[in-house]
Amino acid sequence: MTPQQHSTVAIPPPPNLKLDDPASQRGIALQGVSKAFGSKVVLDGCDLLVNKGETLVIIGRSGEGKSVLLKNLVRLLEPDAGQIWVEGKEVTGLEHDELMGLRKQFGFLFQGAALFDSMTICQNVGLMLMEHLDWSKERILTRACECLSLVGLEDANDKLPSELSGGMKKRAGLARAIVMEPEYILYDEPTTGLDPITSDAINDLILKLQRELGVTSIVVTHDMASAFKVGNRIAMLSKGRIVYVGSVEDIKRTSHPLVRQFIEGRADGPLGVF
Amino acid sequence: MCRTLFHLRSAWRMRTEIIEQMRVVAVGSLPLVIVTSVFVGAVTAVQAVYQMQAYVPMKFLGTVISKSVFIELGPVLMALVVGSRLCANYAAELGTMKVTEQLDAMNIMAIDPVRYLAMPRFVAAVLMIPVITIFCDAIAIFGGYVASVVTLDVTSTTFIEGLRMFYKSSDLLGGLAKSFIFGGIIAMSGIFFGFNTEGGAEGVGQSVMQSVVGSCLSILVADYLLAIILFQILFKSS
Ligand SMILES: Nc1ncnc2c1ncn2[C@@H]1O[C@H](COP(=O)(O)OP(=O)(O)O)[C@@H](O)[C@H]1O
Ligand SMILES: [Mg+2]
Repeated sequence: MTPQQHSTVAIPPPPNLKLDDPASQRGIALQGVSKAFGSKVVLDGCDLLVNKGETLVIIGRSGEGKSVLLKNLVRLLEPDAGQIWVEGKEVTGLEHDELMGLRKQFGFLFQGAALFDSMTICQNVGLMLMEHLDWSKERILTRACECLSLVGLEDANDKLPSELSGGMKKRAGLARAIVMEPEYILYDEPTTGLDPITSDAINDLILKLQRELGVTSIVVTHDMASAFKVGNRIAMLSKGRIVYVGSVEDIKRTSHPLVRQFIEGRADGPLGVF
Repeated sequence: MCRTLFHLRSAWRMRTEIIEQMRVVAVGSLPLVIVTSVFVGAVTAVQAVYQMQAYVPMKFLGTVISKSVFIELGPVLMALVVGSRLCANYAAELGTMKVTEQLDAMNIMAIDPVRYLAMPRFVAAVLMIPVITIFCDAIAIFGGYVASVVTLDVTSTTFIEGLRMFYKSSDLLGGLAKSFIFGGIIAMSGIFFGFNTEGGAEGVGQSVMQSVVGSCLSILVADYLLAIILFQILFKSS
């Protein structure tokens, strides 16, 4: 596909997501967040708002910087420019202690699970409780098992991460992310690499956490079935910017060419293949 | 790096981790330490006898061996041999954790990897390298003794007389002070290169290599500086 062939497709300008007063938002607000690695610009002035209590799904092709975006939110990566607010507090300016306090409110499911491979699954899940709460051993164990059974891993307590399949690791990572009952959960491709049945169970779990605990979530995924099921709103990331945001109904009906191509999964279209 | 030292105040809370890391240092090092030490002692004996024959009385043999082992060979060889092993272990383990996002995961859990991972390793190295050095000193003397008595026609009494004659505790203490510092250098090098690993398996390989090279070179340079500080300045009068 040459670019000329696509020049006939009119790509609408990105929605105006600039907020008048981002600091007054109760959820998560991003304004002008940019991040480059060397000369490679990954995020280029990204604006986004996640309302308190909602689940926002971010879709986008692999390598577009979705994981980088999530990591910037909790300062695992430092944004080059732009600001991020969580509950009206500017994350980019936080001191070390405040940042640690903020991170305790976040659960993060890594794309590759990132389990500690020298610890058993149960220790992985219980580590945060052990470090931050002075609970008894039994209580920590009970809570860890409870989280593991939520993701259907009650039998894997004493296994090491290397003894689990990819999907099981991801579920264990999810159990670890929710063990402290965080207010915000960032899911990086929670269902990628899982069988359809487990995927659906994970979707149900995401919905359940939102309904029962009022968790605010960002879900990064390419799995459109999952996106439609768990999302309240869906945003699309392309070329370092959010090019579209809308509710699930909106996005199903949209005529936005990039979004249409993505959700229909076509190789030909304005996104190009490589 | 200074943050590792800063976190020493929570050492007591991390005691189980520290003990686990001390186990890592000790277990598996033993065969290496024993073989290295026995042969270092024996070689020193053989070389000393060769250099001394006909000029220096054999009663000085024990002195030569003990001084060279306590002051120089014990601390430096252990720091190079056991130290490289340990440094590689730290750099590889921490580097793998870095590239597989385990360090990120720890950060997001509001657990400081410097406190949780670096500090116990640092403490373990600083405590265990001197212990291993004492062990090495003893075995090397034993190796020298066996080589002298069995193969070199030196009587056991002559050897032991030589050992005792010019024994100064400052030799042994100076050697241990050195190995204490070397322990710190080894840990810092492994931890530094481990935490700064980039890229996948290749990056881990790079880090391990750099950390071992860094540790060995720093040890040799530090050895020179410490020789001046300890034996030219501190212990001079005694
Ligand atoms: N630590 C890093 N150093 C250099 N480049 C990186 C780093 N992390 C991510 N990138 C680059 O950023 C881009 C986006 O990566 P990522 O966020 O993982 O994509 P995805 O949308 O698939 O999650 C990729 O092109 C990748 O090469
Ligand atoms: Mg990703």
